[in-house]
Amino acid sequence: MSQPYFEEVKEGDAVTTMVQNCDSQRLVLWAAGSGDYYQIHYDKDFALGTGLPERIVHGALKHALLGRMLHEWAGEQGRVARVACQYRGMDMVDKDVICKGVVTGKRTDNGRNLVDVEIWTEDPTGNKTTPGTAVVALPSRS
Amino acid sequence: MTQQQQASIITDQMRAAIGKESPSVTYEIDNTGCRQFARAAGYTDPLFYDEAHARSKGYRGLLAPSGFLGHPLISPGQPPRMPGGAGGLDIPLKRVLNGGTDVEYFDDVCAGDVLTATNKLAHISEREGRMGQMLILSTETTYRNQAGDTVAVMRGTTIRY
Repeated sequence: MSQPYFEEVKEGDAVTTMVQNCDSQRLVLWAAGSGDYYQIHYDKDFALGTGLPERIVHGALKHALLGRMLHEWAGEQGRVARVACQYRGMDMVDKDVICKGVVTGKRTDNGRNLVDVEIWTEDPTGNKTTPGTAVVALPSRS
Repeated sequence: MTQQQQASIITDQMRAAIGKESPSVTYEIDNTGCRQFARAAGYTDPLFYDEAHARSKGYRGLLAPSGFLGHPLISPGQPPRMPGGAGGLDIPLKRVLNGGTDVEYFDDVCAGDVLTATNKLAHISEREGRMGQMLILSTETTYRNQAGDTVAVMRGTTIRY
């Protein structure tokens, strides 16, 4: 994992894109890992019965995937300080969830070097289904 | 057909609930919980799996992955103990959508931590959407660790329609 430093990161920099396929096993792993056992995420008959076209990816899983993208980008000395997102569009089982981010600003707060990031997930057709904002604390060179 | 202005579904009971702190709920952050959540989110960093590695990097124990603030304690035959917030409200809309999540950290959360959470309803609004009348509930949950420090705030948006 390469380490980005606060001084070198600039507005417009892209966060390393992360792709996670969300097959039914992933959604069951998430149900267990998060404690959210709502059946629309893993029981196809149940999902169809509620009028959905398919099982859908948990919103909170997309939030966690965005957090993982930021953790992996922030390096060993970085910290994910805030992850906020809105669940605007549904992502369906078996599809890739593509996590992306762009640096929008930098600031220091209470001695911490903070980087503001616009984040989102895309479905395979390019729809931004989960837009949001995040804050990452990065180490300083000095 | 004429467009009819629907009556507000925000009641005095809902308005009175805004800002009221719920009783606190305890969340235990343990190794298995951290690992299971990390695995579910696809992490490969040993910080979330290998205790000795996490300590060698200066953490108290396994780092809790972003978004993991523990599971509610379950007692058989009783509903899960979750902080209150919008829980006790009479809402005439049955369907629920998760509108969004915002988790802000003020310190690391690690395995071995015991978090105490209180929740409050922060805001209610309503609007007419594609799916009819919608109620938008914003809740705020504050997590304090065993030292009494506020380590995280989770803001959630729930849509009822």
